[in-house]
Formats: sequence, structure tokens, C-alpha cells
Amino acid sequence: MRVTKNPDKRKLPTVVAVVKWSKENLFSSTLNTIASLTIIFLILKGLGPLFKWLFVDSVWEGTATTCRSSSGACLVFLKEKFVFILFGFYPRELLWRPIVSLILFIGMLWWSKEPRRWSKRLLWRWVKLLALIALLLKGGLLGFESVDTQKIGGLPLTLILAFFGMIFSYPLGIILALARSGNLFILRNLAICYIELVRGVPMISLLFMASVLFPLFAPEGLVLPKLLRAQVAIIIFMSAYMAEVVRAGLSSIPKGQYEAADALGFSYWQKMRLVILPQALKAVIPPTVNTAIGMFKDTSLVVIIALSDLLMTTKTSLKEPKWLGFSTEAYLFVACIYFIFCFSMSCYSRRLEKEFSSRRKG
Amino acid sequence: MSSFNENKSTVIETFWNRPKWRNLTFQLIVVALILAFAYLLISVTKGNLEKQNIASGFAFLDSEAGFEISETFIEYWADDTYRKALWVGLLNTVKVAILGNILAILLGLFVGIARLSPNWLVSKISTVYIEVFRNIPLLLQLLFWYSIFTEVLPPVKEAYRPFANVYVSQRGFFLPVFAEHPIWIWVKGLFGLGLVLTVVASFFLKKYREQTGRIIALWPFFLVLTFVIPLVSWLIGGAPLELDLPKLGGFNFNGGISFSPEYIALLLGLILYTGAFNAEIVRAAIISVSKGQWEAGRALGLSNIQNLRLVIIPQSLRVMIPPMTSQSLNLVKNSSLAVGIGYPDFVSVANTTMNQTGQAIEGVILIMLCYLCFSLSISFLMNLYNRMHRLRERGS
Repeated sequence: MRVTKNPDKRKLPTVVAVVKWSKENLFSSTLNTIASLTIIFLILKGLGPLFKWLFVDSVWEGTATTCRSSSGACLVFLKEKFVFILFGFYPRELLWRPIVSLILFIGMLWWSKEPRRWSKRLLWRWVKLLALIALLLKGGLLGFESVDTQKIGGLPLTLILAFFGMIFSYPLGIILALARSGNLFILRNLAICYIELVRGVPMISLLFMASVLFPLFAPEGLVLPKLLRAQVAIIIFMSAYMAEVVRAGLSSIPKGQYEAADALGFSYWQKMRLVILPQALKAVIPPTVNTAIGMFKDTSLVVIIALSDLLMTTKTSLKEPKWLGFSTEAYLFVACIYFIFCFSMSCYSRRLEKEFSSRRKG
Repeated sequence: MSSFNENKSTVIETFWNRPKWRNLTFQLIVVALILAFAYLLISVTKGNLEKQNIASGFAFLDSEAGFEISETFIEYWADDTYRKALWVGLLNTVKVAILGNILAILLGLFVGIARLSPNWLVSKISTVYIEVFRNIPLLLQLLFWYSIFTEVLPPVKEAYRPFANVYVSQRGFFLPVFAEHPIWIWVKGLFGLGLVLTVVASFFLKKYREQTGRIIALWPFFLVLTFVIPLVSWLIGGAPLELDLPKLGGFNFNGGISFSPEYIALLLGLILYTGAFNAEIVRAAIISVSKGQWEAGRALGLSNIQNLRLVIIPQSLRVMIPPMTSQSLNLVKNSSLAVGIGYPDFVSVANTTMNQTGQAIEGVILIMLCYLCFSLSISFLMNLYNRMHRLRERGS
């Protein structure tokens, strides 16, 4: 299936090389030729109008009325609502604060993506950075004006839900996986019940629980903000999935490793902390990242309980009577944002997979 | 005196050093904590419910629902009970789940194989499709498809007419169907029976082949059982050809068969999203079959398609089925996002019920039970399949 590289390729002039390449890769048989021609036709037919809609007929300047009279994309809408979609109801005069937090956060993610930088010091840096971001977003200290938590919305909210969901559900998942694969009868069955129960129900039901049932369960006087309740629901949901990922890692460790740790006289926790978990967690980094991507996408479900995340701010801006009917533009724009985050994460997971597997081989 | 002290400390030490006892104590503490938490939760909840005058229990299921459901599989009116409303919602979920799963698996197979095609264009297009649809939240995709219906498609009066008597508008798809006639029930029944009998026949043919080595083709059986017999019964019944056509009347089309925009948007979103994941699974499963198998197939003179059908896919099924099942389950669970675009699935109906009656706890319990039943039954079927198709080594 793999195309072998032609050693003479460099010697051929470009045109000949292109013809040769397309002969090999596009028109190698009748069936292939038909398939290629059909696809080329469909692409031209589909992309043409799309290009026209997005670049030729699109409206860059003007108002909603100009947009309505044109058949192209209404980019005026995006220009007008861009800030609202990204940052929700955050006070406009303090907008630099979420912007700086966002840059710091993404920069730090970028910095810590290299496995060789993973250390305790990095962890400390993250703690400091998160404190700084919390200060920037919420304020109320050191002369920063305080901002109502409900005003935090858009992309920062989505990232908060996903990030904290990840860092809390990961250790929880490890504990659940250890309980499930350990030999303590009661704990094992409790873990199995929890994991299977949570994995068997849709996330919406947990979000309903957080939004509708929590006031019934909570003692009087205990009022938690909706954001926190949704965050807990996400953590509960994701920890079950994380547990299954970690369990796969635990079962991939050969028995000899367990026996070697026992032979050294390690206690259970020493054995896990020093021998088993470091190997198991490393083995499942790619599926872990995939679960993180899933969580990032699933944060969009908080729309259903009306938290103003990235998708909700988009929906809100579309509800304004003046801008009714420009959903396509808005949804495509937000889809691009989600895609950039998720796709870069999945590329990253593929890179790690390659790096780790090559390291293991030699 | 001193020996007594020593003795006592050894008793405790041995108790604590015996893994069995230590584990038991530890587990009992955890259980006690959980029970205490549960007790606290229940007592607080009881107090809260009493204060708000909410009667717990499922008695509300028998009272009048009082809301319309836009789309029903069985007859339902607003003065029916909540029980019936929920049943309608459940059937709507099943309707999406079954059709969605079948199409998502077919799409996954197609794209997964296309991604491995030697044709550069085909494989690149498949890759682009997979990456785009996997990396965008499903809810956003559903909202997008739904907005295409409500904003881009024309209103009912100016509906598109791609074919004669087929209409596409903001209110959904409208297709003609055969007008009601008693013979159609027979035809449908015989077709279903034919499908079942074909499966049975394939089983016996396989047995026959294994015993005698002679191959009898399955397709004549399939043709006769599912096509010829229903056709003959249709002819005997007088061959009714009358069509029930969609006609514009008032604010909407009447007659024919219609698919609501919510249903189409939900189905389309679920199929494209799950199809992308399925395609990746199919690709990984095909790659997992060793290269020697491809070469052996080719050495036997099989064409590429024969090779896939007879050698590669049967072997990759074993790798494919478990993750594919979990994707099917995901599709069922994700169909609950219907509530975001207003398709009356189980969760939307339960949500309306919760809002009207205030029976939030019961509503959430019903939702969870419903999906747990789906999950458990699908994983039961998968385990059954796995047991039937596990790798049988030589001599076993």
C-alpha cells in the first residue's frame, strides 16, 4: 500500500515528474481514473460557490441590511460580534485581562509540550501561572478590579472547564483504575459500578443533575455557582473514561515488573508510584490526549444548562433580532476555533506516540 | 508487667501487618464513609423535598401530560399520560439510533477503506473528512445542520423540487409513499421474514460447505426470499400502485412521508460524526492485518476487492468490533443532544416532564436507566459476538 519513493525523482524535470506522479497516484487504473475525475469535478463544483460566498460576494463593510441584500457571507456580523463570542459579557474596558491570560495560558501549553521539559519545576510554574490567571480573570486583589464570575465567558470559560476537568479527572481516574485492577474485593466492585454507571449514561444526564438536582441534594444555605457544579459534573464524567484509559495502561505492564517490585520488598504504594504507574501512564499518553480532546469538545454541552461558554456566546449573539439568520457564518467561525484546538492536540498526540514508540524500540 | 505490654503491642502489630485484616479494615472504612454520605444526602434531600412540597415517586407518570410532541411514531395526543409521552420519546430515540448506527457503520467502512486507497485524491479527501468531523463538537455540528434547514433552505411555499413530488423546505423533506392498501402489510411482513430466512439459510449453507466442501451461492436464496416472494404476493394482491403524494395545504405539506428538519439534522450530524470515528477504527483494523495476508491473497490471484472481502476484512473484524461497538454506544448516548435542536427524543420529553411536574429526581433516574439499558444490552450482544468469533488456534 505504501508508495515507495522513486530514487530517480530528483533527476526528472518538474512537468514530467508531475505527470509521472499523477499517473501513478491518480490514474493508475480505470477505476482510479473514474474516482479521481469524479472527485475533481465535485471539488470544483462545491468549492466554487463556497469560494464565491466567502470571498467574492462576502460583505466586509456595512450593516446588517447590507448583508441581507448580498448573497455572500456576512463578515460584518463576525467583525461586530467577534469580541462577544470570544469573551462573553466580560467588561469591555477590562478586556486586556482575559486576552493576556489567554496568551499566557496558550504560551505555557506550547512551552510545556516537549517531554524533555516535564519536571517538578514545570509543575510549580503551572501553579504560579494559574494563580496569576485567576487573579487576572477574577480580580479583587492587588488593585485589580473585581469581576463577577458570571461575566467570565466565551473561550476562557471553555478552556477553564476543559483544563480543570482534565487536571482533576486524571488523578481521580488513576485512583479508580487502581481500585478496579487491585485485589480489594469491595473497592474493586465499587470502582466497577462507578465506572460502568457513568460510562453508560450520556453526559447531559450528569449536567441535568448538576443544574436541577443539586439544589435538592444540597443542605440549605449551600449555594454553589453553576459554573462549579458543571465543572464537577464534567470531572465525574471524565474520570470514569480516564480510569478506563489508565486501566489499559496498567494491564499493558508485564507481570515481571510487579514481581520485581515485590521482590525488592516495596509496599503497594511504593510499587505503584515508583515502578508501575510511571510506565503505565507513559504507555497510554496518546489515548489520554484523545480523552482530553473529547473533554474539550464535550464542554460545549454546558450550552444545555445555559452556561456562557464559547458555543453559548455564539448562540446568544445570533439571537439578537438585528442579526437573525447569520448562523452559518457564526457556526463556521466557532467550528474553526474548536478545530484548531482539537486538531493541534491530536497532532501532538500522534507526535508523542511516534516519539515514545521509537524510543522503546531502540 | 513488661511482658504484658510487649504482648499487647504484638497483637496489634500482627493485626495491622496481616494484609488480609488491614485490607478489610481499610475497605470497611471506605464503605462506612460512603454509607454515611449517602445517608446524609438522602436525609437532606427528603427535608428539601418536604419543604418544597414535592411528592416523590413515579405516580406522576399516570397523570395527563398536556404537551404536544411534534413527531410521533405511535399515536399520541396532548391529553395522554406522561408514561405514553416518554414512550413516544423513547421510540424516537430508537428511531434515530438504529438508522444512525447502520448508516454510520456503512460510512465508516467506506471512508476507512477509501483512506487506504492507492489513489492519492481519494485517500486525502477521506483524511480531510475524518479530521474535520472528529475535531468539532457534535453539538456545534448539529446546530450547524439545523441552521442550514431553518435559514438556508426556502420556506414551504417556495420549496425546492429536486424530483417530481419530492419537496425540500424549511419544514423538512417530503417524499411520496404508496397509498395504504392491506397488501402492503403482507409485503412488508414477507420481506422481513425473507431477511430472517436468508440469515438462517446462510448458516445452513456454511455448514453444508464445511461438511462437503461444495459451495452453494447465497444470492439466489436472498433474491427469492426477500424480493420474489414479496413481489408475487404484491401481484396477487392486485398490484396497487396508487401513490400518496405530498401536497401543499395551508402552512405545510399534507400526505406522503415527511422527515422533520430536526430529525434530518440530528441523523446527519450523528452519522457524519460517528462515521469519522468508525472510519479510523476500520483503517486501524485493516492495517493490523499483517502484510503477508495481503501478499498471500494476491499470490492466490485475488483481485484487490476480492482480497479485501475474503481475506482482510474477515480478519480485521475481530479488531474492529469492540471499538466499533463502543462507537455505536456513543451514538446512542450522543443522540441525547437532540434536546439542543428540539427533536423530541427521550431526554427532551423527560426534560419537559421534569419542568412541568417538578419531579427532577425521577426524571434524571429515568434518563439514566433508559441509557443504561441500551448500554448493557449492546455490550451483552457484543460479548456474545466476541465469544463466537474469538481467535481459534490450531488444535483447539
